[in-house]
Amino acid sequence: MIDKVKNYQLKIPSNTENLEIIRNFVSEIARKVGFKNDDIHKIELAVDEACTNVIQHAYKDKSNKPIDIAVKLDYKKFSVIITDRGEGFKFDDIEIPDMEEYLAELKVGGLGIYLMKTLMDEVDYKKTDGKNQVKMVKYLLDKNKK
Amino acid sequence: MSEFEVTRKDVNDISVLNLKGYLDAHTASEFESALEELVSEGRVKIIVNLSDLVYISSAGLGVFMGFIEDIRKKNGDIKMAEPSKKVMRVFELLGFQVLYQIFDSEQEAIEKYNTSNK
Repeated sequence: MIDKVKNYQLKIPSNTENLEIIRNFVSEIARKVGFKNDDIHKIELAVDEACTNVIQHAYKDKSNKPIDIAVKLDYKKFSVIITDRGEGFKFDDIEIPDMEEYLAELKVGGLGIYLMKTLMDEVDYKKTDGKNQVKMVKYLLDKNKK
Repeated sequence: MSEFEVTRKDVNDISVLNLKGYLDAHTASEFESALEELVSEGRVKIIVNLSDLVYISSAGLGVFMGFIEDIRKKNGDIKMAEPSKKVMRVFELLGFQVLYQIFDSEQEAIEKYNTSNK
């Protein structure tokens, strides 16, 4: 029996003080779905990184701009879609930077993007209709999970 | 509010910062201030005790990176002690274990300073 798709949504102002609420939102849903602690941590960290990038880079620390965090569950995937209306930023692949490059990468949110791609099974980025959207997926089944 | 606290204790010429709670983009500035205070006092033999640190994101890692070069130029260091498995995993994902000395206990980190003078 395949469960229906379940959708959860959080609309929240772009302020780092709200990162805790965002982490709790996704981690509680992940816990309810049955992910183990390791995977819950990976999800909450990846979402934290994505939202921090939105707050600091897409919205350039202008607080109280809207961030939309949607969690979509189906029988095989836990998807988090983060939408903002700020400036997009580079989403290119980066390797682990060496010491000298760390600070440069930090400034553009590169370390966060690297973590997102390492922690989650799929990460996609698109820009459409003036909105930026990052979609991150964790598979519910053991197969193909990171 | 994100719960985060930094406490400091000095052991001769070594300073130990104990991080407690959640270190993210919101709380990183508190950690930054604590390191700034040490550097301004010329106290560059630093140990960060992570036993009470529940969570760290790249913003927290960035604080270390922002200070380490200057501190090492001054013949000091930032050594880490007692990270949880969760925090250690984040460190390993970004290669931190190559950049920093990480110890199982605060005492070992102190001894490292005392024996190597670095």
